[in-house]
Amino acid sequence: METQIVKQNQYLEQPKERISGSEAVVRCLLAEGVDVLYGYPGGAIMPVYDELYKYQDKIHHVLTRHEQGATHAAQGYARISGKVGVAIATSGPGATNLITGIADAQIDSTPMVCITGQVASHLLGTDAFQETDIISISTPVTKWNCQVTKASEIPKVMAKAFYIAQSGRPGPVLVDITKDAQFEEFDFQYKKCKNIRSYSPIPITEKSSVEAAANLINAAKKPMIIWGQGIILGGAEEEFKAVIEKAGIPSAWTIMGASALPTAHCLNIGMVGMHGNYAPNVLTNQCDVLIAIGMRFDDRVTGDLNRYAKQAKIIHFEIDPAEVDKNVKTDVAVLGDAKESLKELLPLLKTNKHTKWHQKFKDLYAIEFEEVIQEDLNPTKEGLSMGEVLKEINKQTKGEAAIVSDVGQHQMIACRYAEFKNTRSNITSGGLGTMGFALPAAIGAKMAAPDREVVAIIGDGGYQMTIQELGTIFQSKVPVKIVVLNNEFLGMVRQWQQLFFDKRYASTEMTNPDFITIAKGYHIEATRVTKREELTDAVSNMIDSKEAYFLEVCVEKENNVFPMVPSGASISEVKLR
Amino acid sequence: MKKELITVSIYTENFVGLLNRVTTIFTKRHVNIESITASKSEIENVHRYTIVVKESENLIEKIIKQLEKQIDVVGAFYHLEGQTIFQEIALYKIDIENVYESKFKEIISVNHARILEIEKKFVVVEKTGTKEDTDALYNELKPFGLMQFVRSGRVAITKERMNISEILHNN
Repeated sequence: METQIVKQNQYLEQPKERISGSEAVVRCLLAEGVDVLYGYPGGAIMPVYDELYKYQDKIHHVLTRHEQGATHAAQGYARISGKVGVAIATSGPGATNLITGIADAQIDSTPMVCITGQVASHLLGTDAFQETDIISISTPVTKWNCQVTKASEIPKVMAKAFYIAQSGRPGPVLVDITKDAQFEEFDFQYKKCKNIRSYSPIPITEKSSVEAAANLINAAKKPMIIWGQGIILGGAEEEFKAVIEKAGIPSAWTIMGASALPTAHCLNIGMVGMHGNYAPNVLTNQCDVLIAIGMRFDDRVTGDLNRYAKQAKIIHFEIDPAEVDKNVKTDVAVLGDAKESLKELLPLLKTNKHTKWHQKFKDLYAIEFEEVIQEDLNPTKEGLSMGEVLKEINKQTKGEAAIVSDVGQHQMIACRYAEFKNTRSNITSGGLGTMGFALPAAIGAKMAAPDREVVAIIGDGGYQMTIQELGTIFQSKVPVKIVVLNNEFLGMVRQWQQLFFDKRYASTEMTNPDFITIAKGYHIEATRVTKREELTDAVSNMIDSKEAYFLEVCVEKENNVFPMVPSGASISEVKLR
Repeated sequence: MKKELITVSIYTENFVGLLNRVTTIFTKRHVNIESITASKSEIENVHRYTIVVKESENLIEKIIKQLEKQIDVVGAFYHLEGQTIFQEIALYKIDIENVYESKFKEIISVNHARILEIEKKFVVVEKTGTKEDTDALYNELKPFGLMQFVRSGRVAITKERMNISEILHNN
């Protein structure tokens, strides 16, 4: 016979306890080390909430004001801590409201487990009240999902969910549990999932591929690294630093990779991509070996693929085989976990400095500083710039803060100018570009890292997409610092309209409410800054506050973010104005 | 990029909803599925989907990786024409009035088709072969009053060895 049957791991016998499915859900969460989860109750998930009530001394449920907020909070929690974020919601609209956060977690590889209630199994498919086929809806945006209709399935499915969410390339998992399965009693036992026969989370690193990579790097005259979130997800910051310091390679980051290496590190040459730094964008098309580590050549990073690093040999360190050759054809692919493969690479590398090549980055940085950065950080215009707000926050937090940004102009400014000293400090919606991400994500981040300063930087548009989460901040007393950079526009779209649609500002102008009154309505201390001279004190008051604090900074209305790679252009055609 | 007929074989766990997950990988890239068959495979509790698409090999390589990435997919492979032995089955329902013409019997025999069932008002003809074979018979039977026609998806055995057992062993 061509194939043989493989024995599955035996479920080890443990003492069993007769409990309900809903209690089992909570016990599974406890067994996985979950101490906080974010959610919103409703009919089909009520049995689980009843158990959460009974177990409230062991597990903290945070009531968000919308299920989307619960997912982003879980994401923020996961991104800053590396642990699995958990969100819970009821069936129907509760479940569909999770989808944006799930899609965001999928594209940004965030470990998250979402639990949804479902109508009783005898009602499945009958269009029952609050019934929606969340399994079908969530399939394309989950790493894995599963519907449970029997209580006895709960431990195994939950164990699998946590294993899948955090192993290999992390991602979101959804477990949908019918109401009758929550009520049903069964003999509970829990065993963590250690492997799944059809799933290999980390591909084997071929020694020959590491050697081939080392040979290319050692022979390179003009090597350049672009790293992504893979460094952070793999906990490979130290190994990465050792590699670049030994080989003397200028290293740029994608938005998701930011903070893995301190901003001030001499080999950190800035951000690549549409609004990235001038030097790494231009020199991507001049380097002779391009080493991509834990990144996926997103279109916002590469620009026109037909004119992307064609002169260079490409090395790709990657945990997900599906990312290799997806967008950019590699010469050497090093599959595996970044921490392990970089550890293997280090002894094979020659010590190098590449001083001349470095100088090129410095020269181009000088041009960018002159043309863009100087005015961004020290504006000569009367109106405040977003950049100077970031500069002030950097100064007062000494680069120790975790910056949670939303999506748009302020996000690009935050990523460009935030000075990071610590890893896992840049929490933003990268791949999906979800407006409304930051406020709830900051809640999760602060709760996972209560000792860290967490500053949410949000535009006036995105802020109003999840503004209701101020209620969560108030009720759960989460001391996050909220900075809204208000330009009374959907700034990034307006910028594109100015540049590519002859200034036809279709639906981008915002008539905003009084944000101060709104914050105060939630009993959150709030200040508005309209003049430059007020900024330092206002930021200082915010940072000094032991509680949540809202700071609105009214910035120049029609500033643009540069450098910019127009869509469809080559990355080296990056414009400075 | 040249589009060609490609047979994709996917070994999966036998779970509810998995076929949906597999087809979304094709949908996501706007690839139309020409035919699809799901059945058991040579391994107990492992299912096999055979999906035929007309696409460029380059795109299918990427789709294969996305398929393999799915947790409950054990392995996915693609094969070009000539690398598999494949068949499809077609059934033809013909009005009984017309089957007594001498030509009908000859067509059945020349095409190596067989009469599966004879009822009062119709006969059902079965033909196994390639799409071209069953299409040829379709054209010949049409004048006899084709009351119904149905054709299965492709089932294919690859000439190349599949290493499903190894995948299951190694994990």
